[in-house]
Amino acid sequence: MGREQWKAALRHPVGAVAAALLVALALLAVVAPMLWGDAAEETDPAALSQGSTSEHLLGTDALGRDILLRVLVATRYSLGLALLATAICVVIGVLLGVLPAVLGRRAGRLVTAAVNLAVAFPGLLLALFFAVIFGVGARGAVLAIGLAGAPSFARLVQTNVAAVAGRDYVAAARVAGVGRFRLIARHLLPNIGEPLVVNATVLAGGALLAFAGLSFLGLGVQPPAYDWGRLLGEGLDRIYINPAAALAPGVAVVVAGLAFTLLGESIAQVVGVRAVRRRRVPAAEPAPLVAAEPAAAAVLAADDLRVGFPAPGGGWTHPVDGVGLTVRRGETVGIVGESGSGKSLTALAVAQLVPDAAQVTAGRLEVAGVAPLGRADAEVRELLGTKVAMVFQDPMTSFNPSMRVGRQLAEVTRVHERQGKRAALARAVDRLRTVRVPAPERRAHQYPHEFSGGMRQRAMIAMGLMSTPELIIADEPTTALDVTVQRQVLRLLKDVQAETGAAVVLISHDIAVVAQLCERVVVMYAGRVVEELPVDRLGAAAHPYTRALLASVPDLATDRDRPLATIPGRPPDPSDRPEGCAFAPRCEFADDACRMRPSLSAVAADQRAACWHPRTRPLDLTLDAVTGGQA
Amino acid sequence: MTALVAARPGVANPWVAFLARRLGRLLLSLAVLVTLAFGMIHLIPGDPVRAALGVTAPLELVDARREALGLNDPLATQFVDYVRALFSGDLGISMSSGVPVSETIGQRLPATASLAIAAFVVVMLVAVPLGLGMAVLTRGGRRRGTELGFTSTSAVVAAIPEFLLAVGLVFVFGVTLGWFPVAGRGGASSYVLPVLALSLGPALLLARMVRVEALAVLDEDFVRTARAKRLPQLRVYLRHVFPNALTSTLTIGGLLLSGMIVGTVLVENVFAWPGMGMTIVSSILAKDYPVVQGIVLVYGAAVLLVNLVVDVLLAVADPRSTIREG
Repeated sequence: MGREQWKAALRHPVGAVAAALLVALALLAVVAPMLWGDAAEETDPAALSQGSTSEHLLGTDALGRDILLRVLVATRYSLGLALLATAICVVIGVLLGVLPAVLGRRAGRLVTAAVNLAVAFPGLLLALFFAVIFGVGARGAVLAIGLAGAPSFARLVQTNVAAVAGRDYVAAARVAGVGRFRLIARHLLPNIGEPLVVNATVLAGGALLAFAGLSFLGLGVQPPAYDWGRLLGEGLDRIYINPAAALAPGVAVVVAGLAFTLLGESIAQVVGVRAVRRRRVPAAEPAPLVAAEPAAAAVLAADDLRVGFPAPGGGWTHPVDGVGLTVRRGETVGIVGESGSGKSLTALAVAQLVPDAAQVTAGRLEVAGVAPLGRADAEVRELLGTKVAMVFQDPMTSFNPSMRVGRQLAEVTRVHERQGKRAALARAVDRLRTVRVPAPERRAHQYPHEFSGGMRQRAMIAMGLMSTPELIIADEPTTALDVTVQRQVLRLLKDVQAETGAAVVLISHDIAVVAQLCERVVVMYAGRVVEELPVDRLGAAAHPYTRALLASVPDLATDRDRPLATIPGRPPDPSDRPEGCAFAPRCEFADDACRMRPSLSAVAADQRAACWHPRTRPLDLTLDAVTGGQA
Repeated sequence: MTALVAARPGVANPWVAFLARRLGRLLLSLAVLVTLAFGMIHLIPGDPVRAALGVTAPLELVDARREALGLNDPLATQFVDYVRALFSGDLGISMSSGVPVSETIGQRLPATASLAIAAFVVVMLVAVPLGLGMAVLTRGGRRRGTELGFTSTSAVVAAIPEFLLAVGLVFVFGVTLGWFPVAGRGGASSYVLPVLALSLGPALLLARMVRVEALAVLDEDFVRTARAKRLPQLRVYLRHVFPNALTSTLTIGGLLLSGMIVGTVLVENVFAWPGMGMTIVSSILAKDYPVVQGIVLVYGAAVLLVNLVVDVLLAVADPRSTIREG
């Protein structure tokens, strides 16, 4: 740990307070016995067991000795014994911890097993055990607490050594023939110093508290010597007469213990979290007025849809920046674009599922006849109900791992249609059969991890079919699957669409996948729609970006001697988009006109593109190859 | 692998293998515990009987007591006798009172057990809703003030050991307010302060763990799936978030429970609670080793049992863990 990090730990307010406290305690430990050592022993027969007086601020004990002075003087003994116990604990812990690395495999494993066994027992039980062996008294208690803490410290050393031992430089040292002990002293221990120092600091706090506990029980420091724990035990007997006699040493123990613990934790925090993140949510943007205009024919209508996130430097960034999207009932629309184009977030915004930090605004947003913006969450849930079904990208993580698949499906109708348990499960089995999951009765009783990826994705689709959705949003439903399984899932989506008449929005980075399933394609780039066109007009794509996407799809006619076409450059960062057309920096046709943002305008019937220089020459691509497998 | 085992039920039931492995580990731990409890008396430097009876005790008495305890036999014989006696429920006889140790433990155990169990129930009842609620309130970096207040308060309170908390509680609620009795075991009101002292720190510690774990689960894909199903919030939290945050809750909960079982020693001594904790301390002070041995065995066995129960619960809660564990 560098000097910088120590300084950083001290600049941390908690760390600074803890360090200041420790310095004060250390000073007290040195000074107090010299100044008040004798006065604290002085008995005052005239003032036995008194409460607070002007002469004895915190009162006196049974022999008339001043409590305040005794608490101050006890600092040295309490801290000293705790540090001694910590030292024993660290030494034995490190020895036990590195032993497995020094000994042979079998002996090392034995040590590890012994440590694991000892760790299972609480420290206090071990301390009591050792206190019996070493006898009652300060020496026995130091040994007991030191030994009792050793197993958990050893475990810590072992895990850290194991983590470091696998690194390249240790392996290199081994190969170079560095001896075991030298390996430990020069290569292992110095590299695990940080966590050990941190934990030893915390440990010292624990030892202090444990020591107070043993002394309080009468098993630690014996009279006439006294430490805080002893004073606490004596004070507790007379808590009705003079509460300060018990409270003062108690407070001293807590303060000292906390000082060690907090210092250790703030060092750990500084070491562990190097970059201090500070994120403040900026004031919400003024949302444009929502114009409610029913569009009966559309199951989804969005105008100027924007999704904003609080930016690191303040303000907002908009990964989705003014998307217009209309999906008619029963229509199949594909949204394509590179990763980062905002297509998935558009889908989440439409479904009202954006992450907590995001803010969604729109000129108009209507989903299945519901305008969700500006409504409370509960209201949206109630209104949308089962009208929108989602199929997510990763079927491995999208199911609740601790709930049987059948119940996860049945939950939909149990909640929304108030169906009984049995009826809902029966429907779940039926829907699993619909999506061609074999042996659906048995499968419904299994957990998600017992399903294969493709089967899970089919179960996810079945979950959407539990009721009658008006819109199915499938966000990269085949990306995480094998090619053969991809086909099955796409065909299933198509069948489902044909049977239920639900509209489908398919989101993919793969224009070939979209072309297989959809009637219409929406191309997104840098948070905006750059072109929308019917799938059979893909050959006449007007936007250079759409054309570049199409060119990057290999087909049977692709000349295999030439490298695959790629799109040079990368999409712009949402927080740093160019003023005009976002694609201009990567576009071979860009000129000065492209410094202005183009809006979507018709280039042909049913085809709109946002480009100042729409291409008109038909693309040289065999659509059959692109849309291959559509049959 | 997973699918394989699932597809062939009965061929290799993972539960049987898991329980066998786990019981084996318990037996091994118990054996070590018994050996240590037996060895304790032999590890004491000098003659434990002489130490117990004092330097002034006549030699004949010491010898007679050594003979009665079997300390003059060869070590192996002693160990076999000790284990054999254990199996018949005989933990030896107290050196100071002459009462069988098992009888003493039988009298004291209920007081300790009721204290520990009550405290554990309180910990669970407080920690789970508190941690879950805090996770929901502070998710996605919301309510920074609440988060800071909760984390710092819980960190400080959890760092105060139970016996100091007990002293503070005695002062506030016993001495100053006079609401609850400060010593002894009586009706329900006598339980309030000891249980509070024992459970407050662990409850806050566990609540912190539950919050951190629940925050991680809230970011999982399947929670988004649950939201996509438009389930009521409460159902999302209780059915989809909480069960998946259970693993570390249980692990830490088990650790806390075993810590609390032994923590009763200190709390019992603050509240003059007539349990095993009071007995073991007075026995250590009186060098009444058979009693100490017996009580150490009981505490240790309780801790091991708690660990076993936690492992089994973990396996039940997470259907993958039985198979995953190596």
